[in-house]
Amino acid sequence: MSNLWGDSLSGFWSAWIIIITLGTIALSVWILLANRRTDKTPDADGNVETTGHAADGIEEYDNPLPKWWFQLFVITVIFALVYLVLYPGLGNYAGIFGWSQEGQWEEEVAQAEERFTPIFAQYQEVPIPELAEDPEAMQVAERIYQNNCAVCHGSNAQGGYGFPNLTDDDWLYGGEPENILTTLNNGRNGLMPSWQQLGQENIENLTQYVLSLSNEEHDEAQAEQGESTFMAVCAACHGPSGTGNTALGAPNLTDNTWLYLAPGQEVGDSIRQTLRNGRNGHMPAQAAYIGEERVHLVAAYVYSLRLAD
Amino acid sequence: MKHEIVEKNVGLLAVLILVVISFGGLAEVVPLFFQKQTTEPVEGLEPLSALELEGRDIYRREGCVGCHSQMVRPFRAETERYGHYNVAGEQVYEHNFLWGSKRTGPDLARVGGRYSDDWHRAHLYNPRDVVPESVMPAYPWLFENTLDGDATPQKMRTLRQLGVPYTDEDIANATDDVRGTQEITALVAYLQQLGTVLEGTR
Repeated sequence: MSNLWGDSLSGFWSAWIIIITLGTIALSVWILLANRRTDKTPDADGNVETTGHAADGIEEYDNPLPKWWFQLFVITVIFALVYLVLYPGLGNYAGIFGWSQEGQWEEEVAQAEERFTPIFAQYQEVPIPELAEDPEAMQVAERIYQNNCAVCHGSNAQGGYGFPNLTDDDWLYGGEPENILTTLNNGRNGLMPSWQQLGQENIENLTQYVLSLSNEEHDEAQAEQGESTFMAVCAACHGPSGTGNTALGAPNLTDNTWLYLAPGQEVGDSIRQTLRNGRNGHMPAQAAYIGEERVHLVAAYVYSLRLAD
Repeated sequence: MKHEIVEKNVGLLAVLILVVISFGGLAEVVPLFFQKQTTEPVEGLEPLSALELEGRDIYRREGCVGCHSQMVRPFRAETERYGHYNVAGEQVYEHNFLWGSKRTGPDLARVGGRYSDDWHRAHLYNPRDVVPESVMPAYPWLFENTLDGDATPQKMRTLRQLGVPYTDEDIANATDDVRGTQEITALVAYLQQLGTVLEGTR
């Protein structure tokens, strides 16, 4: 990416900058010297020269600038010139140090890489279940989790409305190390289509049937009617028994875990809403953001939450 | 030297002051107007769509820029968290810039694609629902207001005068593209494209 900074100026603008910069310094020096008075001896009558300003009889002496003050001006000029020799400032001239802001950034990044790469490489060698038992690694992993995952899944990893709880043992896409890795690296797109076209009655019956699957309070007769629709429409993804399919990310409907249950909402209302409007869950792929080494650590962290359970 | 001449002629004093303070701008700012790095778009940069443009205006209206910067500086601590530092070529179609200068919330220059649309909607409806410790205000009215798109073509024409390459077709379709859309949809569309033009920038 460094070429994005690297464009140099055309010769004209480079010269323009150099001339204005040095010209300004020269002008400052000239003003300083041209206004310099060193003589403050009183004249023959013992009068000190005044500026001619007078107010209520008070006159202003025209004394020279104090020496230390004059010297400060000189020092700033010298400082500016030394700076312009060492650092970029004069058009395309790069300065003796060759400093650039992207160069400094690259150096910082290289230093960090040198320090952290071996640590992450070492962790990546360790299989996830084993890594999940390593308290030091989990401390590192938790920081990465908090920085990148907690905004959706919560700082306690218990998720929220639409964002899966990572501390229970209910896994949309499977909770084995390789499943977690795939989810983190590549992201997931969960799609529940809308079934509005089934009609009000069918949706109500299906709702009662889905409620019955997890022994929620339901209407027996309607649930019975819903069963055939379920087998025809829903079983393809959620399975005939409603236990879901982790290959598709189809949730288990029998375990009384509801991803889309808003706070204070009745389970039945949430199911109805899902059936009518569908749902679209999106887990962004993380490999592109934090790299596979860190993903490996986070996967172990997520796996460790399961062990803690 | 004749101080007096300068000190007693306010007009001359003003002119000389202007000359003195313009040196900095002439040397540091003016050359940038003619430098490729600041005037040419990076590869793949497209003007914002009508919907994203409306989203951008909502972003401005709600004062997001007061708490969120859009400027990742070239420091490791920032690039580690937010992604690649900003480059000028990404911003040539920005009028005005929304770089901001204050980070009560995180930088948003590369927030596009980082969270799901649903997350943004939940978060803007009430930030505490997804981030309990958040101090960000809630913006529930974005879910009630819809866009009429009456002003969208005019906005695009104005931007075109400033050098943003909108086509006549873009402008002709602009109103239809946004009419009736919820404001939240426009804002999320705007957020989701932020910083996504450069490849491999994370």
